[in-house]
Amino acid sequence: MCLGHGVPLRRPTLSAMAKKKTPPRSEPSFGETDAPTRASLLHSMLLQRRFEERCAEAYALGRIGGFCHLYIGQEACGTGAISLLRDDDYVITTYRDHGQALARGLTPRAVMSELFGRSDGCSRGKGGSMHLFDRNTNFLGGHGIVGGHVPIATGVGFAIKYRGTDQVILCFMGESVVNTGAFHEALNMAALWKLPVVYIIENNRYGMGTALERASAIHDIYQRGAAYDMPRAQVDGQDVLMVRAAVAEAIHRARTQSIPTLLEVRTYRFMGHSMSDAVSGTYRTKQELEEYMKRDPIHVLRAHMEERGEIDDAGMTALDEEIKAVVQDAWDFAEASPEPALESLWEDVMVETTT
Amino acid sequence: MSVITYRDALNQALREEMQRDDRVFLMGEEVAVYQGAYKVSKGLLQEFGEMRVVDTPITELGFAGVGVGAAMVGLRPVIEFMTWNFALLAIDQVVNAAAKMLYMSGGQYPMPMVFRGPNGAALQLAAQHSQAWESWLAHIPGLKVITPATPYDAKGMLKAAIRDDNPVVVLEGEMLYNTKGEVPDGDYIVPIGKAEVKREGEHCTLVAHGKTVLMALQVADALEKEGIRVEVVDLRTIRPMDVETIAASVRKTNRAVVLEEGWEVCGVGAQVVDYVQRHCFDHLDAPILRVHQEDVPMPYAKNLERTAKPDVAKTIAAIRQVMYLPTA
Repeated sequence: MCLGHGVPLRRPTLSAMAKKKTPPRSEPSFGETDAPTRASLLHSMLLQRRFEERCAEAYALGRIGGFCHLYIGQEACGTGAISLLRDDDYVITTYRDHGQALARGLTPRAVMSELFGRSDGCSRGKGGSMHLFDRNTNFLGGHGIVGGHVPIATGVGFAIKYRGTDQVILCFMGESVVNTGAFHEALNMAALWKLPVVYIIENNRYGMGTALERASAIHDIYQRGAAYDMPRAQVDGQDVLMVRAAVAEAIHRARTQSIPTLLEVRTYRFMGHSMSDAVSGTYRTKQELEEYMKRDPIHVLRAHMEERGEIDDAGMTALDEEIKAVVQDAWDFAEASPEPALESLWEDVMVETTT
Repeated sequence: MSVITYRDALNQALREEMQRDDRVFLMGEEVAVYQGAYKVSKGLLQEFGEMRVVDTPITELGFAGVGVGAAMVGLRPVIEFMTWNFALLAIDQVVNAAAKMLYMSGGQYPMPMVFRGPNGAALQLAAQHSQAWESWLAHIPGLKVITPATPYDAKGMLKAAIRDDNPVVVLEGEMLYNTKGEVPDGDYIVPIGKAEVKREGEHCTLVAHGKTVLMALQVADALEKEGIRVEVVDLRTIRPMDVETIAASVRKTNRAVVLEEGWEVCGVGAQVVDYVQRHCFDHLDAPILRVHQEDVPMPYAKNLERTAKPDVAKTIAAIRQVMYLPTA
């Protein structure tokens, strides 16, 4: 089983860059969890899973249209990272944004309504699956152009430094982003100007159907950070506690020293790229998928909690039932939510402005 | 009132707006230490410091995106492109991010920002440095596009752009930076979305914008000597276009010529012609003609470049044609 995608996992820190042979472990104090935090992580991940399973159903029924990219299998990445944020921090991400939106606290009702194209959606039905936004939680959007949001994250980091606050921004992206020019331009400026941005590459091995090895000249893509002398690390993305530890250290560095970090979180997408993509068979084998599914991030966390006696089968069943009811409520709410008023077609193109 | 250059008018606008609002900052290549590739930002680094007058690497896509991010969370960036030709590298941020953020977010994220820099041809800069981008940019809902022609308009409209809560594209002109005109010393605004009749006349309307306004005024001077009084309408704003001012002029003159630096196909002039035919159909005494760059990339050689560009003679010929007068 190759969580490191066939490569042993390393977790270098800034100081590790100098003495490459013996990468020290992350500071053990970073991202430590207690029982309530673990319970909350499990709740969030299971909510994302059940929510998106119903998304697939809704898509098949025509309730959701357009492009729809599911996060199933990758939940530990967003959940672990976002769980460390303060309310006044920022999150920006790609079009695979349902899970991170829920992790950040957008309500299942608001997200499902958006997916259904209804007026109670978090973007008033104008954004859809790829463009979830929420000003209340500083969720700066799902963005649809690969690489396009990475300079925007750098700009938010610039604004934080400009105002002199100690906020941070998490910028999520897929591994295919690292081959875009926007990625390099953005990371260069963040390192040059020392901006409080944590760039998190969710390396799920495939940019749509193109394997990382067929797209990138180097395969340990966290090493792209070397070009900018940026602290960087590779993380097991199926273990939410490992994600938390790595992201906590990066957030600490951003908040206290205004230094950006590049994290490569190794994960796997259990579904197709989008709803039109077969889960396996074209660019990846069924055996490969099944191997990775053995390390379902929800099972990994559950195992941690079982070891500590924090959950058992009955507890898991009860949690699942509770969450399924929440998701059903979101579905019912979205279905009852009115379609956007036709007048709204012309709203939000421009704001009224007085000079 | 002082007589100052277009360059200094822009500089005053930037300085006054940065003094007025500490959320306003200027970012781009060579804007700080070098004092601006065209010296528009002269003295601003010394007055406002390096956090508000920011030299960037040569990274148009990157720093345009930095502006977008900063605007999303409440700053008011002024992003300078050394020329709009380089802005093509950043077009994803202008079109896919800045212009659409408010809409995609259902109204949650306004983008109070300015993208500015010189546009159009100067002299013998050849194909990649001699292009007018207004029809590209004005095509995009979510953007405002302005093309001030005089120092007065440059200062007043840049101030309006910086105070606007929407993304505003400011197309300046390398050949305009040294032109002079009267500019009030203090604060004033020239509103976005209002065209201006720069010269009154009753025989033919000549619609122009940006640098071609100066050419249009020369045309009007020349034809005045023959007793032909041309009304020069300066669009000033390409989007949203002031259709009423154009239509009012054409209803008066019954004829129109549209002059622009850009190419013919899908150009600004095509849009003006469409508005005129819809609003003034019964008032037209002749088909509307357009004067524009020849349909070729800009050549380097002096004689070829001169031939490729719109000019006074071509515009006079077009006006004579719509007036059914013999052309020279």
